[in-house]
Amino acid sequence: MSLQVSGLTKVYGSQKAVNNISFTIQKGEIVGFLGPNGAGKSTTMKMATSYLPPTHGTILVNELDVVKQPMAVKKIIGYLPEHNPLYLDMYVHEYLQFICGVYKINGEAATTRIAEMIELCGLTKEQNKKIESLSKGYRQRVGLAQALIHNPEVLILDEPTSGLDPNQILEIRKLIKQISKNKTVILSTHIMQEVQALCDRVIVINLGEIVADDKLENLLTKSGGSNIILVEWEGDIDTDSIKSLPGVLSVTSIGKTFRVTAAPEVDIRAELFKLSAEKRLSLLSLRQEENTLEQIFKSLTTKEQA
Amino acid sequence: MIQVFAKEFNGFLHSLIAYLVIGVFLTAMGLLTWVFPDTSVLDYGFADLDTLFSMAPYVFIFLIPAITMKSFAEEKKMGTLELLFTKPLTDWNIVLGKFFAAFALVLVAIAPTIIYYFSIVQLGNPIGNIDTASVVGSYIGLALLAAVFCSIGILMSTFSNNQIVSFILAAFSCFLFYTGFDALSSFAGESVLLIKQFGILYHYEALSKGLIDSRDVAYSLSITAFFLLATKIVLGSRLW
Repeated sequence: MSLQVSGLTKVYGSQKAVNNISFTIQKGEIVGFLGPNGAGKSTTMKMATSYLPPTHGTILVNELDVVKQPMAVKKIIGYLPEHNPLYLDMYVHEYLQFICGVYKINGEAATTRIAEMIELCGLTKEQNKKIESLSKGYRQRVGLAQALIHNPEVLILDEPTSGLDPNQILEIRKLIKQISKNKTVILSTHIMQEVQALCDRVIVINLGEIVADDKLENLLTKSGGSNIILVEWEGDIDTDSIKSLPGVLSVTSIGKTFRVTAAPEVDIRAELFKLSAEKRLSLLSLRQEENTLEQIFKSLTTKEQA
Repeated sequence: MIQVFAKEFNGFLHSLIAYLVIGVFLTAMGLLTWVFPDTSVLDYGFADLDTLFSMAPYVFIFLIPAITMKSFAEEKKMGTLELLFTKPLTDWNIVLGKFFAAFALVLVAIAPTIIYYFSIVQLGNPIGNIDTASVVGSYIGLALLAAVFCSIGILMSTFSNNQIVSFILAAFSCFLFYTGFDALSSFAGESVLLIKQFGILYHYEALSKGLIDSRDVAYSLSITAFFLLATKIVLGSRLW
């Protein structure tokens, strides 16, 4: 067990930022921590890295208690905080050297490790620059290099792609995918595609509570419920003839496109095709509306607020 | 601790802070000791360095807070404090690393004034007519005073993420500890000496006489330790 959180609660004043959450993450898993801003993602991560103490509950990282053995935990965790704080007046090389020193990696070992990190994170061209002169994407790479330099077993990334442009986001995701082999990774985000692109499992958190914790595919199918087909014909057709098909629950028309809702267990696409043959109408499009992660996210995280 | 010390000290060298501090201190001291007729040793007629040692603390009241004002305030503002706290460093590592870096910079600034001593040795009539013990005592006193000021500055920079706030707090506290108790003691009837002894000035003057009394040294070291401990407690308060 890489990370075991049980009954974790954090109270700021009178506000409960995290309310009695529990989950475990196995070794080698990549878990997405999903939730709207202010849901408690960062607070949970800050507690897991022993930056903040929990009000109640325990966090075990590789069986080590974060509160009781913070030093041991800090050594096996790699952490990229939100907004990626860096010493802007340092040079990339100098900065990584400093971080190496902090982890007691010295001399020859440090030199090789820094060279490896620079290559892995694609910083070769930028390695002799000052951090303040780097673009946001490269700064993020420096942040990742910093989190990885001691080869941590558990990697905690707090919104690793926030504020980057679409190309940089893809590059950083590729990098995370690459470095996450043989590591336990927890990354927080409010971008759904990120979870889809990177994670095996997703924990959705809202208002300090876990509202879903499952494999991505399960989450997509489980909360699906209904089965919606969007269909368009050339020429006119009356909605009643569609409604009369077996399994159809309701039909709404949006211009020439019909939104057909069917019972989840039946596939009415074949029926719709037969219908168009019967009526001698050309079928222009026929597609299944996917239950996207966005919808699931929205339904999971707005329900609670109401 | 060494890593934090190295990072901080290199940080001074990277930014203009180190050069400004050394330059301003030496220019101010040079002008006061050798050029301005009111304070110049040449016009004074006595072969001693009293000017240097009586004026240096006032320059330090402004310079040392300028060195220490960013130590925690900037880390807080940039969020890098979270980075340090999530690395395998103890709070003492961080506090002491920062303290010794600031202190080392002040010592580097003081070091060139040793030339003044050798100049006075040559200028004395007869040559070498200078109270060396008093100069050595004064240097020790000045170093201890710098240590106290550095620890005050470090503590003050933990209170705010605004560097100007920490500068003003530190400069005022240094001033208070240097002359404040001395000035206050004039109100006190019987307990004049007791209150005077709380301030740095009393001990600094005692050391300047060339008599290195362990009580004066212990005073400076314990005040420094007190402020560093307070810094550690303030930083630790995040865990409460």
